Amino acid sequence: MPKIVIDGKEIEFKQGQTIIQAAKDNGINIPHFCWHESLSVSGNCRVCLVEVEKMPKLVIACSTTAADGMVVHTASEKTLSARNAVMEFLLINHPLDCPICDEAGECKLQDYAYSHSVGESRFVEEKTHKDKRVPLGPYVMFDGDRCISCSRCIRFCDEIAKDPELTFVKRGDRVTIVTFPGEELDNPYSLNVTDICPVGALTNRDFRFKARVWDMSANKTICHGCSRGCNIELWVRNNEILRITPRQNDAVNNFWMCDHGRINTFKFVNAEDRVDGPQIRKEGSLSKVEWEEAYNFAAAELKKFSKNEIAFIGSPYATLEDNYVLAKFTASFGSKNIDFIRHIDSSFEDDILRKEDLTPNSLGAEAVGVKPGKDGLNLEGVIKGIKEKKIKALYLIEDDIVSAFPELEEYLAKLDLLIVHATNFNKTTALADIIFPAAAYAEKNGTVVNFQGRVQRLKPAISTVETDRALDGMSMSRLDKFGTKYDRWAQGHKYDSKSTWKIISALSNVLGNKIKFNMAEEVFDEISKTITAFSGLDYDVIGELGAQSKLQAIEKNVNA
Amino acid sequence: MAVKKREKDLTFLEKIYIVEIVKGLSLTLKNMFKPKFTMKYPEEKFIPPASYRGRPVLVMDENGEERCVACGLCSRVCPALAIEVQAGETSREKERYPERFEINMLRCIFCGLCEEVCPEEAIVMSKDYELAFDRRADAIYGKDKLLVPINQLKDRIEFLRSYK
Ligand code: SF4
Ligand code: SF4
Ligand code: SF4
Ligand code: SF4
Ligand code: FES
Repeated sequence: MPKIVIDGKEIEFKQGQTIIQAAKDNGINIPHFCWHESLSVSGNCRVCLVEVEKMPKLVIACSTTAADGMVVHTASEKTLSARNAVMEFLLINHPLDCPICDEAGECKLQDYAYSHSVGESRFVEEKTHKDKRVPLGPYVMFDGDRCISCSRCIRFCDEIAKDPELTFVKRGDRVTIVTFPGEELDNPYSLNVTDICPVGALTNRDFRFKARVWDMSANKTICHGCSRGCNIELWVRNNEILRITPRQNDAVNNFWMCDHGRINTFKFVNAEDRVDGPQIRKEGSLSKVEWEEAYNFAAAELKKFSKNEIAFIGSPYATLEDNYVLAKFTASFGSKNIDFIRHIDSSFEDDILRKEDLTPNSLGAEAVGVKPGKDGLNLEGVIKGIKEKKIKALYLIEDDIVSAFPELEEYLAKLDLLIVHATNFNKTTALADIIFPAAAYAEKNGTVVNFQGRVQRLKPAISTVETDRALDGMSMSRLDKFGTKYDRWAQGHKYDSKSTWKIISALSNVLGNKIKFNMAEEVFDEISKTITAFSGLDYDVIGELGAQSKLQAIEKNVNA
Repeated sequence: MAVKKREKDLTFLEKIYIVEIVKGLSLTLKNMFKPKFTMKYPEEKFIPPASYRGRPVLVMDENGEERCVACGLCSRVCPALAIEVQAGETSREKERYPERFEINMLRCIFCGLCEEVCPEEAIVMSKDYELAFDRRADAIYGKDKLLVPINQLKDRIEFLRSYK
């Protein structure tokens, strides 16, 4: 392999790589604004200037191809003074906006101003003024003053979202970003530009001013919007999710996520209609009860039915662990009537990230046994059975069967027993006899399997009544660390919910079956021992970026 | 047992004490006719100088609006984590304002760092030192208690500017 020397360190690179990429692959960071690993090279910000021996002038590391034997200096006197000059130029017209800018705290310009600039401006003239607060589309707000014209947002729309919507207009210090006439920045991936914009010129209208970044904790988990399972971070303050950002995983979503995932998949967690504590129907209306009472009641009711009168519905929204324990529970009744509802919307799929299966774990649910046994009823059979009154009791986890099949409403109302695990009240819970409050994906440990057959880890980001940020290993903000119960910012509501696998284990113990698990990890270990598709995997192997199972990927050509 | 030696032997006059007692009493007598420094608080109130750091307050400008832009820097710098700010969007020129601004006066240690860090001269230390509560909840001051018209804060602001 060819080699170059960067700051005295000899590194290998692949033929054709740029200096900046070769450096990055070897853990050396060369300052950059306009360069982005997944976008084409534009070379306009000049902050990546480096000194290369035997070259007459400084070169930009982001567009200079590395050549065997090159000797590069990223911290020589010449480089530093050039970098400082570039910073001074960039800051000439940049407003002193940091206090009111959402990017502050995660801003490249701010960071570099500290690390690569002397911090003195010699510019005494008036700064340029451009339009502030320009909505470019439904989700993105633009601030012309702050833009450093790096063109990352333009290149993102052209190259990744494949929907050219943005462009530069005017020249010199008047240059600014606009959408093409008659266009809006409304492609399904538009919010990614707010992540890659190195400054606060593009901000997320859904999150604007909600919190300062340093007041939140970032919690790594998986998006629940579709079967892609983009790797994400949930940003939490005061036990409330405030925004989602994508997390790099080259095997799944690279640096990106879609706007649907970012905007629509977290608000239910802190919504008004969360189920908070178990509920039992008494004299026609639901009332909140203690867990013990709910378990005892559910157990007594379930005993009234024979194995053919009862059916179980798993959930592609729930984790592998939840579905596995439900399948075991079903088997403990001797029942084979178990299936789950698929949520497919082919109009959602595109050839970038979005998949037509709108649930995070349908592959996994099926793989751990949420499918009808021999002679058991599948979903259709169960629905038919309910209508024909052959099925008298239904046990359903984390799904809304009434919204999926509205015609079932009147039949479910007549069912002898309907037990539902739900995060939020919905049309199905309205008919339930017993509701167990299920922990939302952001409140639990577990795994999901995406369309590729890749097993990925969910980790809790907000705490419930029974979990604790510190003890359960959630990421902690400064406020979480030092808050007491008397501080307003430590009084975020905690829902009284539990993971479905935990509820079922407890219930099965009341029924005298031995499904005993204390941790999600124990459930997974049993899954990996008993189901070959997951053999060899455990939580450590899966790690933050997931691991491939032996399940076949679901491949579908959108254009076919 | 070792006998401790005096550093200095007392003279006869000192040994009989009388002269010393008269000296002491005459000092007391002299001070009785000097001007007093103590005050009959709370009937009489102490008005501190501009350099005094009483409870932090928010400056309300002449137009009746707060200067604060809800940047949260005071909240970040506060060593006692006393301040909580929730920003909101406005149509004013500076696009943010504090939807909610709270200082927990049980946490505040009157260090003045919030005042020092504020980019808008929006939070300053006042002369108010009368802070007593009988419930924790009362110690959390919201915007209603924090906003003080700028003309009441003039000398503190002048004092601050003289050090900038
Ligand atoms: S808006 Fe942001 S990403 Fe786009 S050119 Fe300006 S600084 Fe770059
Ligand atoms: S593509 Fe799917 S998994 Fe990725 S962010 Fe969008 S909804 Fe979530
Ligand atoms: S004076 Fe000090 S302790 Fe009190 S609010 Fe300001 S920064 Fe916090
Ligand atoms: S530092 Fe000043 S402007 Fe910023 S939030 Fe505090 S009082 Fe408001
Ligand atoms: S990163 Fe190389 S010129 Fe911008």
